[in-house]
Amino acid sequence: MAKTVDVENLSIYYGSFLAVEDVTMTIRAQQVTALIGPSGCGKSTFLRSINRMHEVIPGARVEGRLALDGRDLYGPGVDPVGVRRQVGMVFQRPNPFPTMSIYENVVAGMKLNNRKASKPVLDELVEMSLRGANLWKEVKDRLDKPGSGLSGGQQQRLCIARAIAVQPDVLLMDEPCSALDPISTLAIEDLINELKTEYTIVIVTHNMQQAARVSNYTGFFNIEGTGKPGRLVEMDETRTIFSHPAEKATEDYVSGRFG
Amino acid sequence: MSTGIGNARREADTELATGPLPSITSPVRPLPDGSPWGILGTTAVVVGGGTLLLGHGVGLAVTLTAVVYAAAMYGVARVVEGPRKAMDRLVTILVTAAFLVALAPLVSVVATVVANGVARFDVEFFTYSMRGVVGAGGGAYHAVLGTLIITAIAAVLSIPVGLLTAVYLVEYGRGKLGRAITFFVDVMTGVPSIVAGLFAFALFALFFGPGVRMGFMGSVALCVLMIPVVVRSTEELLKIVPNELREAAYALGVPKWRTITKVVIPTSVAGIASGVTLAIARVVGETAPLLIAVGITTGVNLNPFDGRMATLPVFSYYSYVAPGVPREPFLDRAWTAALVLIILVMALNLLARLVARAFAPKTN
Repeated sequence: MAKTVDVENLSIYYGSFLAVEDVTMTIRAQQVTALIGPSGCGKSTFLRSINRMHEVIPGARVEGRLALDGRDLYGPGVDPVGVRRQVGMVFQRPNPFPTMSIYENVVAGMKLNNRKASKPVLDELVEMSLRGANLWKEVKDRLDKPGSGLSGGQQQRLCIARAIAVQPDVLLMDEPCSALDPISTLAIEDLINELKTEYTIVIVTHNMQQAARVSNYTGFFNIEGTGKPGRLVEMDETRTIFSHPAEKATEDYVSGRFG
Repeated sequence: MSTGIGNARREADTELATGPLPSITSPVRPLPDGSPWGILGTTAVVVGGGTLLLGHGVGLAVTLTAVVYAAAMYGVARVVEGPRKAMDRLVTILVTAAFLVALAPLVSVVATVVANGVARFDVEFFTYSMRGVVGAGGGAYHAVLGTLIITAIAAVLSIPVGLLTAVYLVEYGRGKLGRAITFFVDVMTGVPSIVAGLFAFALFALFFGPGVRMGFMGSVALCVLMIPVVVRSTEELLKIVPNELREAAYALGVPKWRTITKVVIPTSVAGIASGVTLAIARVVGETAPLLIAVGITTGVNLNPFDGRMATLPVFSYYSYVAPGVPREPFLDRAWTAALVLIILVMALNLLARLVARAFAPKTN
């Protein structure tokens, strides 16, 4: 299931604007990789480039190579829709589909793609995904209720259940806890710890304690100034990044001396 | 700092205990609850009554009462409650007056049409056409059916075109083509309805020769009026569907067209349905284009591709401008036709609300 992502000299452009320059990193399978850095440094853009979600903005393109277990995701003939079925994503704000029930939200990946499955198979998928997202106990009696009626933290876990229901190889999380209270954040962090046994997880976060708590590897992105491209300054084991990073900029940032 | 504030407050407290506080904290003496009504009543009796007694019209009496009441209220409130409250009361009066002015024609139209139209609002009106009727009796059965048929065809043609245009503009239309379509939709929104009628007439004259009349021609003319309304309202509703929902679908590996048909449109379908219903309500009472394209007839014609058809607005118009002798039955029928139209539009508006409620995304 979990796969390795290899990034080589990846630059991301919006039209002629260079947003992220020359990123090279390896995102290891069954590990949690955190991306930290100041706002606007391109970490979210980079994250979105892993499942080609940044392409929804017209004029977006990349140079370089981004491979999932050796298969180039930007190679000729690769369909971005196919990429997104392998690389799932959880967003900053919980976004369950408001027209669908909790049950329908979980199977949305199947339903919206018109993949037919029998009722028992779907039931099992729903239970498995909701258990996987630590939400089953809370919602098992109201699966037919709208997903938008849940609390923010539950909605976010519902979105995670929806993302893992399509059984992706990699799970991207774009600041998944920034709209949540500390208790819901803790629930999501515990969940990330459990999920990493099956998935490759990449998480963007502004919360350095969170990066330190949940991740095995950490990449630090930085930007020299407005209009300049974001760059990957340093990537290493989380322990190393937070105790004795190689770069001065990283140390300044993780110790709070930045800006 | 904090001790300074604390000291100041303690001083204030002692002052409160020993003597009266400065005027900012003195309680505002509001006008008694009923006093605005009292002043309004007095003004109405004195100014309004006086104006009427002097032999002037009701309009002048009401206007003068409003002006004097606003001035009196402002003056009294300024003296008793202070300038800020007085301004509040003045603006309240102005806003209420504007609302009443806007409401007056509406109430007047409904009241007049109901009063005049109720006389012939009977079974015969809905079961008989005008074939062979010269005086009293007869009805608008043929016109009701004509209106329903022509409007239904217009709706069937306009809704898909308008809906898909809106989808194109919101989801795909970028660059010059999108901007050009938006511009022309805006222009079409402002096209006078008579021009739409002339367009349909000219278009059909090219194929069928001059002087052709058919119900379908009227439907085409109504389409010209209806499509921009459908596009505009649908576009606005598609735009407010949060982008996050589209991204959520994309991230599940859902192709764009499926995202549109299964996420974007279902999320906004309540508003779209009510917008479409309102667009139908808007064209159902159009007279000018149907006058040109469809004409009028006395008998029932259910074939929209052959010959003249009667419609309610045109029926009402012709009964008024070209009545027979005696005039009264014709005028009565004209009023009733107008009443039926108003009821039809009202029913469509109610339907729009029900539809919106039925389709609205549920939260618990």
